[in-house]
Amino acid sequence: METPYKKRTPKRRKWESFPGRNKFYCNGRLMMAKQTGVFYLTLVLILVTCGLFFTFDCPFLALELTPVIPVIGGVLFMFVLGTLLRTSFSDPGVLPRATSDEAADLERQIDVANGSTGYRPPPRTKEVVINGQTVKLKYCFTCKIFRPPRASHCSLCDNCVERFDHHCPWVGNCVGRRNYRFFYMFILSLSFLTIFIFSFVITHIILRSHRSGFLKALKDSPASVLEVVVCFFSVWSIVGLSGFHTYLISSNQTTNEDIKGSWSSKRGKDNYNPYSHGNIFTNCCAALCGPLPPSLIDRRGFIQSGTPQLAPPTNGISMYGATQSQQSHMCDQDQCIQSTKFVLQAAATPLLQQQSSDPVILTASTENGGPLPGRTSLNLGGPCTSLPLGQPTPPTSTPSLSCHEASDMLPIHGHSHVHNHGHTLQEPMAHHHFLTPEEVPSPPGMLPCGSPMGHSHTMQAGFYNPASQDSLHEDSVRGLVKLSSV
Amino acid sequence: MAETHSLQDLQQPTASSKVFVQRDYGSGTISKFHTKFPSELEPRIDKQQFEETIQTLNNLYAEAEKLGGKSYLEGCLACITAYTIFLCMETHYEKVLKKIARYIKDQNEKIYAPRGLLLTDPIERGLRVVEITIFEERSIGSGR
Repeated sequence: METPYKKRTPKRRKWESFPGRNKFYCNGRLMMAKQTGVFYLTLVLILVTCGLFFTFDCPFLALELTPVIPVIGGVLFMFVLGTLLRTSFSDPGVLPRATSDEAADLERQIDVANGSTGYRPPPRTKEVVINGQTVKLKYCFTCKIFRPPRASHCSLCDNCVERFDHHCPWVGNCVGRRNYRFFYMFILSLSFLTIFIFSFVITHIILRSHRSGFLKALKDSPASVLEVVVCFFSVWSIVGLSGFHTYLISSNQTTNEDIKGSWSSKRGKDNYNPYSHGNIFTNCCAALCGPLPPSLIDRRGFIQSGTPQLAPPTNGISMYGATQSQQSHMCDQDQCIQSTKFVLQAAATPLLQQQSSDPVILTASTENGGPLPGRTSLNLGGPCTSLPLGQPTPPTSTPSLSCHEASDMLPIHGHSHVHNHGHTLQEPMAHHHFLTPEEVPSPPGMLPCGSPMGHSHTMQAGFYNPASQDSLHEDSVRGLVKLSSV
Repeated sequence: MAETHSLQDLQQPTASSKVFVQRDYGSGTISKFHTKFPSELEPRIDKQQFEETIQTLNNLYAEAEKLGGKSYLEGCLACITAYTIFLCMETHYEKVLKKIARYIKDQNEKIYAPRGLLLTDPIERGLRVVEITIFEERSIGSGR
């Protein structure tokens, strides 16, 4: 029996109608996040610093010391560039969104399980026991799937990514299962390169100073000053980051899990990492040399006429961009349903705010008992806690001291899957079916968040607040407009 | 119920429904599917046959993702050649995926198609589900 996918549509590739917020280059071969400004900054910094090193310092060093120095420098430089480009341009492990049939099937199963009806489903989770640890799998309202363990939804890219580590603005992409090893090799080699350049520039200046005095040496080689400054500030953050990721790799954790302390023994005596292979060597080998899974999104495949439509995100939770990009997939009937949902939700929001103390009506989820125990696990410094809560729209990429956190799943220990960040919880329970935390904040922050030129990542103390209500109202307006157009 | 077009254009359109076999995460993040027999398939196919198909798929995926000397060697070689080696050769994973595609095609031809079923390769669904389409034949005496 032949599959029905034989008829070819006029030459449109799948990347052209990709629902996430990514940019594609070279006809779908290369894939990046939407905000790439900081990536170009990274590239410029590396190219300029290395360029200056090779032009001004290497001739002197090659003559005075050994020509091996520029050779090693060159090799390191090529390696850094290669791994950077590989990290930035590859698919991090994006999970394709569910087709409408799949989503409908899941919804049916969930309704049967919960016995609930109505336009506001309770937060959906599924428990699974992995190597003795109970892990909660969360339902992604945008992608309409139950996220696999360790996957998380990146709000900047609007994709679920497998083994999500963090979204890195410096490489302009998410770091996930498929590009984590390249990312690690990039920061490791960049550490070596930075230390290499720093030490040899200092050597250069010292050698010159012996001949002609310190100030004259600086005047003869002004570029060296710039290189020293750049390298000095980079070294701390990049070496620190490499050390941190070496620790993560050896314990087989993601940045996300480490920040939340998902597998920390502080959570409980029996808490351990179910994904670890048991010893450091195996963990490292698995992370760096294990089999590289292929991309699941088939960017360069042609769209077939028989290809099932993707299920649009529901309940106004989706990001603005995602809703827009989904419009091409939504038929009139879907639009009508969506629009009605938005309007009904918005109409009900004043009710929500009043009933904040009574979560029963809306959440209908037994796992979310009382308020969260005040979990201030994130000690990432002042700047992080001062950020606004729960922005549903993605922030522009800011390389400054803000971090992203993905609170996708927590092991069950009587804690709800809503994350605190040190803010007191008033109404999270009532709201989280609107903006489940996995939708809003995405990637985790990084420990050296306080470092100035830190390799820090944008972070949101993701939570609910008037901003989320604004998005609902925005969605309801959009819904009304769509209703009028259908 | 999803309406799909007939596989043979000359026939009348056949109605079809879809059954989804979800991923089994009990052993971690490796690719593995539940072997539980969906009740919708009961009238069509043997439980044992179906379970055997899924189990074989699971074994093939396990082979693709296996950590061992061979995969480490491939990883190291790739790293040394700055991953340019994959311009000339396929990764082990890709080779096994092709094997899986052949297996599914084979199973469809021999076992599932004669029973009015169609297995979709999980890779086309992002390795989330094994989608089985159940065709209800409307026209009489139609071959498949």
